[in-house]
Amino acid sequence: MSAFTAALDLRRYVGRWSLRSASHAGRFFFMLLDLVRGILEWRVWLPRTMQQTIAVGYGSMFIVLLVAGFAGAVTSLQAGYQFTGQLPLYVAGGIISESMILELGPVLTGLILAGRIGARYAAELGSMRVTEQIDALESLGRSPVTHLLLPRILAGIIAIPALVMLANAFGIVVGYITAQSSLGLTYADFEFGARYFFRPLDLWYSLVKSYAFAGAVTIIPCYIGFNTQQGAEGVGRATTQAVVAASVTVLMLDTILTKLILGTAK
Amino acid sequence: MSIELKRVSKRFVDNVVLDGVDFFVAEGETVALLGPSGVGKSVLLKHIIGLIKPDSGEVWVDGQLVPMLGRKELAALRSRIGYVFQNGALFDSMDVFENIRLGITDEKQYADKDYCIQRVKECLRLVNLPEEVGRKFPSELSGGMRKRVGISRAIAGKPTYLLYDEPTSGLDPVNADVIDSLIERLQQEIGVTSVVVTHDVRGAFRVADRIALLSKAKIRAVGTAEEIIASKDPVVQQFLERDLEMAVIQANEGNVEPGAGSP
Repeated sequence: MSAFTAALDLRRYVGRWSLRSASHAGRFFFMLLDLVRGILEWRVWLPRTMQQTIAVGYGSMFIVLLVAGFAGAVTSLQAGYQFTGQLPLYVAGGIISESMILELGPVLTGLILAGRIGARYAAELGSMRVTEQIDALESLGRSPVTHLLLPRILAGIIAIPALVMLANAFGIVVGYITAQSSLGLTYADFEFGARYFFRPLDLWYSLVKSYAFAGAVTIIPCYIGFNTQQGAEGVGRATTQAVVAASVTVLMLDTILTKLILGTAK
Repeated sequence: MSIELKRVSKRFVDNVVLDGVDFFVAEGETVALLGPSGVGKSVLLKHIIGLIKPDSGEVWVDGQLVPMLGRKELAALRSRIGYVFQNGALFDSMDVFENIRLGITDEKQYADKDYCIQRVKECLRLVNLPEEVGRKFPSELSGGMRKRVGISRAIAGKPTYLLYDEPTSGLDPVNADVIDSLIERLQQEIGVTSVVVTHDVRGAFRVADRIALLSKAKIRAVGTAEEIIASKDPVVQQFLERDLEMAVIQANEGNVEPGAGSP
């Protein structure tokens, strides 16, 4: 009898989970459809996008540069630890610049912004949902998608790739300064190493990743925040879910894009 | 130009909120929808503006079947309906001026800054608020002021329908009386078709032409104030008596007489 009950519970659990997943997939798809439709209403989203871009771009610059600087410094010190005496010093220049462009710049920026922007978007929209501000907007015949979601998502898509490129550059500069002071690496050696290992595809790869991460850290938190339920506790839950989901998606996209772009490149 | 719900049913998971509800509001009429808290009054109101779709039944507003409307038609219909939310639902990142301005649903008028300034001033005057309030943010306002700004925003677009969701809940008797006077005055000044959702019996009797009582997912009674008072239905009588007791308790606690002027 207990085995039967357990089997029934399992079926219920799987059934409910499947229904919930299907419901989320459907709502997410319709939100994306509304976003595409909303593009036509540029008079509504354009001024709000400007405001959001400034808030997201300037607001995140300090933390992004700080993290990129530390990443560049650590990469430089580790390269020194691993290669001194065994490989020519200019290799460190290649390792620092390639590590920053290919992985550390985009991924660390993506993860930092998943926390910073993701939490902000989910909490803002979640609070607006539970205090009926989103319903109020709809009741005024205005679309929450063009007033609230589209400006936030577009702001991320404009600001995040720019932040990633800044992070790449800053990380490389800090990496070089660290290598110069700790390893005695000259600028000529650093430049030679960086140029020797660099391929234009690396920069494209970094840029493609930054756009993909921008989509993940804006669209997912917007969706979760927009569908928040159950008051203050719901807002807290939505914020946590948004940060976790956006961070995991960044890491998944990182793996997929690496396989797709670098896995096939020669 | 009427509102009509025909056999509307709605359930949330296992909770049946509306069960075959019929509800009608004629043009220019004000109907108060009474009922205890959590009975589904706000859910019914949200059906009218299309924020919630019924599981079954029909919702007609202005001769249009609301659940079947497309995005643009629904937005156009909503621009003719003013909705006053229970807690104001003011946009907290905007000041009062911008909040009320968003209520101007005609895009040409909304883009005309001079018109907006004049209209916002007019709406503030209609709800007895000074112009300076326009520069404040919602967090700087009292509960009563927030409700009045919510009403201002709802009337800014010159709607033909006004839906009030618990306009006096959470207010002391004096402020509740001010809001009731305001609803009465707006009906006279702008002549809209209104639905007032409330659990305040005295307020409902004061502002409404007809009263409907929602109980256990159904409309239990509909009629004029006199007809409701004369009703022999024990549920109706119980609800009226309980509200009267609450009014006496509130008046004693606040040590003020209901209807004793504005704050």
